[in-house]
Amino acid sequence: MFDKVLVANRGEIAARIVAALRAHGVASVAVYSEADADAPHVRAADEAVCLGPPPVAQSYLDQDAILEAARATGAQAIHPGYGLLSENAGFARRCAAAGVVFIGPTPEAIEAMGDKAQARATAAAAGVPVVPGSDGPIDDDLAAAELAERIGFPVLVKAAGGGGGIGMQVVKKADRLGKALQSCRDRGRSSFGNDAVYLEKFVEQPRHIEVQVLFDGHGHGVHLFERECSVQRRHQKVIEEAPSPFVEATPGLRAGLTEAALACARAIGYRNAGTVEFIVDPAGHFYFIEMNTRLQVEHPVTEAITGVDIIGWQLRVAAGEALTLQQADLHIDGHAIECRICAEDPALQFIPRPGPLGRFEPPALEGVRVDAGVAPHSQVTPYYDSLVAKLVAHGPDRATAIERARAGLDAFVIETLTTNRDFLRGVLDADPFIAAAYDTGWLERYAKGR
Amino acid sequence: MADDIKAHITGTVWKIEVAAGDAVDEDDVLIILESMKMEMPIEAPFDGTITEILCAEGDAVQEGQVLARIEED
Repeated sequence: MFDKVLVANRGEIAARIVAALRAHGVASVAVYSEADADAPHVRAADEAVCLGPPPVAQSYLDQDAILEAARATGAQAIHPGYGLLSENAGFARRCAAAGVVFIGPTPEAIEAMGDKAQARATAAAAGVPVVPGSDGPIDDDLAAAELAERIGFPVLVKAAGGGGGIGMQVVKKADRLGKALQSCRDRGRSSFGNDAVYLEKFVEQPRHIEVQVLFDGHGHGVHLFERECSVQRRHQKVIEEAPSPFVEATPGLRAGLTEAALACARAIGYRNAGTVEFIVDPAGHFYFIEMNTRLQVEHPVTEAITGVDIIGWQLRVAAGEALTLQQADLHIDGHAIECRICAEDPALQFIPRPGPLGRFEPPALEGVRVDAGVAPHSQVTPYYDSLVAKLVAHGPDRATAIERARAGLDAFVIETLTTNRDFLRGVLDADPFIAAAYDTGWLERYAKGR
Repeated sequence: MADDIKAHITGTVWKIEVAAGDAVDEDDVLIILESMKMEMPIEAPFDGTITEILCAEGDAVQEGQVLARIEED
């Protein structure tokens, strides 16, 4: 195991990784921007290095500053968390060149899944179902129109370099396709300097279900079952649960999804923790969408139902240890639900609401875990994403998990700051949520109908 | 009638889509703010002419701060 690890992230995930390092007897180095000098991840770490001014380009994305901090503190490895540099193959290469272990997959695996068109081809070659569509980027409008007619409207136009749904558009009629292709290319160029777009069939009433995998550097891997992440707004997950109620109710689906996820990971020689995302139609047909070659925000629901410490295994695998978990030993214990508490205003179209935070007291209740990234009586700044805390409720069954999540949200003291807490509480009471009768469009419809 | 174009959120000016003297239509995007990794467009409240731009791209702005002025046609 490492003696010292640098955490190249901020907020709740950095605090969580620092805690995991402590639990494994590893010294931690936090990095931070000038806006985060008093942040929980900085206070919790053994050492901390200021990277620069608040904008991420000058702090959390400054590769030179982060590698220099690792060198100066003698950190042997860097945990990138999620977002930021976690899926940056160039950074992973620079770590290796500097003699620092990047806690994640190889740069080649990151690249294989980083480009969506390439990822889709890789999955298809591994025998994993993909959504019918263009095999690779499509730059000719006429070819796009022909393909759209063949696979049938509605179709989805996506930016090949994109993430988080940026640039993605649903096109219902042929006469709208040209405009959508153009605006998606413009968006791709301005957001990620890549104007390649691709086209695929739009699966109606889809669910978003993903499988957590964990591989060591010696070819051994397991899956940790699925997570259901269909409760989302604007392609951002809001509530996640494990296991998926739909998978539980559909014979054979879990075996199909988990085998497909393992096949994707094996196809790229994957190591460390990763997630393979699928969309699933109401008949239970599933299609690969992407693989996230990193830790996910919602990993705690999987930890809750399997008892596996995912970050602990990330560290051990990165240090060269063999994964001693065997698939036959892994079982689902009960049900877990995660609610993302964000600084946003549901009454005003969920606009971001940075501002001063007063009292902040997470609940201490049976079966409730809170991963928080903010400190009481601090300033929540506009520079970073709006996630304030994740509340994860675990119980012997789904009804109990929901009940514990409700109790947790009710008991959570968050003063001054505007958050979506009451909105989340409402979702937990909504009949379609209780019945798990939702698809990825449900929450948007629910939010509008309030 | 003249009107102040104000920031509706605390954040950073990401893009300024117009210049002083530009004629704009109602709902045209004038300025795009960024806050918490979200882009929030500010649109023209009515048809008019931009008389003044009071911010620059990259500026940190507070909710309620005047970013531009518009004169109704």
